[in-house]
Amino acid sequence: MLKIYPSKTLKKRSKQMLVNDPSAPPEIGANTRTVPGIITQRGCTYAGCRGVVIGPIHDILHITHGPIGCGYYSWLTRRNLAQQRPDQPINFLQYAMSTDMMESEIIFGGEKKLAAAIREAYEIFKPKAIAVYATCPVGLIGDDIHSVCREAKKELGINVFGFSCEGYKGVSQSAGHHIANNGVFKHMVGLLDEPDPEPFRINVLGEYNIGGDAWAIDTLLKKCGIHVTATLSGDVTYDQICKCHTADLNVVMCHRSINYMAEMMETKYGVPWIKVNFIGAEQSAKSLRKIAAYFQDKQLTDRVEEVIAQEMAELRPVIADVKTRCEGKTAAMFVGGSRAHHYQHLFKDIGMLTVAAGYEFAHRDDYEGRDVLPSIKIDADSRNIEELEVEADPEKFQARKTPEQLAALEAGGFSFKDYEGMMREMRKETLIIDDISHHEIEKLIELYKPDIIGSGIKDKFVIEKFGVPCKQLHSYDYGGPYAAFTGAANFYKEVDRMINTKVWQLVTPSWKKPADPAHTFGRGIDNPANKAIRELIAGQAKVKKPAKAAPAADAPCGE
Amino acid sequence: MMLDGTTAEVANRSALRINPAKTCQPIGAMYASLGIQGCMPHSHGSQGCCAYHRSHLTRHFKEPVMATTSSFTEGASVFGGMANLNQALKNIFTIYNPDIVAVHTTCLSEVIGDDIPSIVAKARESGAVPEGKIVIHANTPSFVGSHVTGFANMVSAMVNYLSESTGETKNQINVLPGYVEPADMRELKRLAAAVGVDIVMFPDTSGVLDGPLTGEYELFPRGGATVEQIKSSGDNIATLGLGHFASHIAAATLESKCNVPAAFLELPIGVTATDRFVDALRSYADVEVPEAVENERGRLVDLMSDLHQYFHGKRVAVSGDPDHVIALTQLLLELEMKPVYAITGSTGNQFEKRMHELLDGPVPEAKIKQNADLFELHQWMKNEPVDLLITNTYGKHIARTEDVPFVRFGFPILDRAAHRYYPTLGYAGAINLINQILNVILDRKDRDCPEAWYELVQ
Repeated sequence: MLKIYPSKTLKKRSKQMLVNDPSAPPEIGANTRTVPGIITQRGCTYAGCRGVVIGPIHDILHITHGPIGCGYYSWLTRRNLAQQRPDQPINFLQYAMSTDMMESEIIFGGEKKLAAAIREAYEIFKPKAIAVYATCPVGLIGDDIHSVCREAKKELGINVFGFSCEGYKGVSQSAGHHIANNGVFKHMVGLLDEPDPEPFRINVLGEYNIGGDAWAIDTLLKKCGIHVTATLSGDVTYDQICKCHTADLNVVMCHRSINYMAEMMETKYGVPWIKVNFIGAEQSAKSLRKIAAYFQDKQLTDRVEEVIAQEMAELRPVIADVKTRCEGKTAAMFVGGSRAHHYQHLFKDIGMLTVAAGYEFAHRDDYEGRDVLPSIKIDADSRNIEELEVEADPEKFQARKTPEQLAALEAGGFSFKDYEGMMREMRKETLIIDDISHHEIEKLIELYKPDIIGSGIKDKFVIEKFGVPCKQLHSYDYGGPYAAFTGAANFYKEVDRMINTKVWQLVTPSWKKPADPAHTFGRGIDNPANKAIRELIAGQAKVKKPAKAAPAADAPCGE
Repeated sequence: MMLDGTTAEVANRSALRINPAKTCQPIGAMYASLGIQGCMPHSHGSQGCCAYHRSHLTRHFKEPVMATTSSFTEGASVFGGMANLNQALKNIFTIYNPDIVAVHTTCLSEVIGDDIPSIVAKARESGAVPEGKIVIHANTPSFVGSHVTGFANMVSAMVNYLSESTGETKNQINVLPGYVEPADMRELKRLAAAVGVDIVMFPDTSGVLDGPLTGEYELFPRGGATVEQIKSSGDNIATLGLGHFASHIAAATLESKCNVPAAFLELPIGVTATDRFVDALRSYADVEVPEAVENERGRLVDLMSDLHQYFHGKRVAVSGDPDHVIALTQLLLELEMKPVYAITGSTGNQFEKRMHELLDGPVPEAKIKQNADLFELHQWMKNEPVDLLITNTYGKHIARTEDVPFVRFGFPILDRAAHRYYPTLGYAGAINLINQILNVILDRKDRDCPEAWYELVQ
């Protein structure tokens, strides 16, 4: 796989590729720069900040400060769904707003235009808050978007805040997640102190409601009697984020995109966090039990068991049916900063094996587990992302559990703020590839020929040209939800259809396959039409019109 | 409700773009580069641009779109992108082995002022670019023009770098097809062949972005204009540059560089514009238009005569690339429809000038605007509704909100797939477009009419 690379590239790529050992995950080269000239899956910091984390907040207005492209490409393309609330005047997700910077602003600065754009946006839409995103040229020419936002906030009396998420910062979209977390924490979290009246309040962090996943999780939790204060940031409103610090617990789905937020909320407000995963039946059940265990409430625990039993009763026949066609098949996944891990459970549920996996923009802890955090070296690319100094809020900090309660939970095997990483849950000797490149995907298909690959839009049609189905796992193509038990059923059926659809059998025409008796033309060796075709196949004759005899009725290639 | 922040009151905006009807230069340059056989488009800037452009083109074509990037981080943004481009070229030629690399710049590399030709010259000296391999480049700052400008600049780069004049005239005509679909490029080739004229067309994305599924993937599919063909363009009889915005610079450059006379035509959408194209081919090549082509044209006119009752007087809103809107408006006028709103997000006075020429007589109330956005178009529609909206996929929310029949046309189309197989250029393209327009209009009639008026025969 690596042979073809020039030596410098080879040296770099070889650190990002290894064979798994779940008992002692080997060190992987992750969150390092992409090699120039390599066809990579990665995007940029702006995409991670505006596209992934903040974009889904649907009752605030998002203005991209820069030339038109960045705003244009992040317009509705991530399939973040949102349901308008009765008290919400406008759903802003269908709007792309940009300052559409022109050459003159690049030369003379774009601050004035940004200030005017914010004012115009306010006049037309009267939003609750406005978020501003800086793109590459804005950082270079030195526009101070934060001071423009501060001025606008004063002038308009609404919350206006900026994100310095220029595309060149960091090595991938991951830097943008961090910047987004910092901004959300600084400018929104903690602004509303009234907790929701329901008991068992949690926030679901790192869930973006692609294809309705957050709705599936919400519905499941509601059945159990668990209340979601806010989902960060799938189908979430500004107010929900402003009061999310009042929840009792944070549960983290996508560790990579939001672990910063979980940490900061724990330090400042005392909200503990646990890692969960609602992708896959077994994992959903495990996560529900973990949440119930945290609240230590008998009624809740019983209710959770009831719900799991009900959901599993509905799901079992689906699994049994899909298994008859999918068991023993193989999958590979190269996507995101959690999905390449989580989706392995869904495949496992239906008897499929993951032979290779890797993340697009993860850090070492996502592979090896959070216990490697102290040993991760800070390099220039990670140093330029702001680390917030967070302290316990003198008024709002409230420990959710007493030290005794915590000790008791931990003694019972409960682990807080822990993520074991992908490698510990993968089979020994499977292949791990960080930031996989196009060439490596080609080689992987040649070597492993997986029955299905989970990847992104840029690889999808490459993979399918090989005759291998590809499920987009960033935006799910057209499908979803895949989370919770109901979503799992969707996914099993989707994978079954994708692997077993007839189209893959149509890829090779019959004349390129070994002779099949069913495809014998004519009615016997003496049939002239038949003979001509045989000669043609054997290369004995050029195309010759068969003699006068009429071709057999079932011959599709007569005169 | 969808887009319910959009009210009928049109406020003056000077700074805020809302729901743009254009995007940035580099994606156009990337698309044009894919129309050269064996070419790797290379985006010189930070990697997000490349990712966004590849994703968007992939969603439009539902096909692999390959391109590399210089993957700038902060260091390159401060110290310049020379080291990155040098390393990129070495990797590209070693790993992917293209015949040619087409570099385009982004906001970032433009702002820091990287000089691509001198970086490439140094890369060649250092051995990063092997002997016999070609690197071309176009400057495509995103803060100037639109994706159409980027396309035009890259086609122009093809002429600048590749077209040669040997002094010997070849009996061929250059066709610069404009920013159109692979199916359109295929259709132009078919039509020229039917007229009996040899053409050299570049870029040509047919065979590249509409590849077959065979079980084997090719990084460089066999479609596209070959470097040899583009080189030969300098020796050909004439150049037909289709679409002012997408093809004018390249055709003019070819004329001044190699003395190949340039003829500027609008995109051949509809009968008259296609007639002009066929007539131009016929005149330059000095051939008779064969009966088969006249019959093809006659079938289109026959279809139009069968259907004009459904089109006559219908109010239409159109948005898209300037070349597309100008040409499409002519088809709509041939159908006796009334394009009452016509906008483009791109800039260029030529657009408004030409649209006024077309519309001032037949549709004096028409609103025409360059440098506009879909938000404003939507506001106009709220004030005075239309019977049909024609634009790219981003119009679908407006169509649903206002309950207007909708035809997807132009770039990008992200929610349908077969558009890559159906041309909208040429006589065949007009049949396709007319069919689409007819279907949405009649579907709406069937949906909305009182039950007593629900009729089998139309």
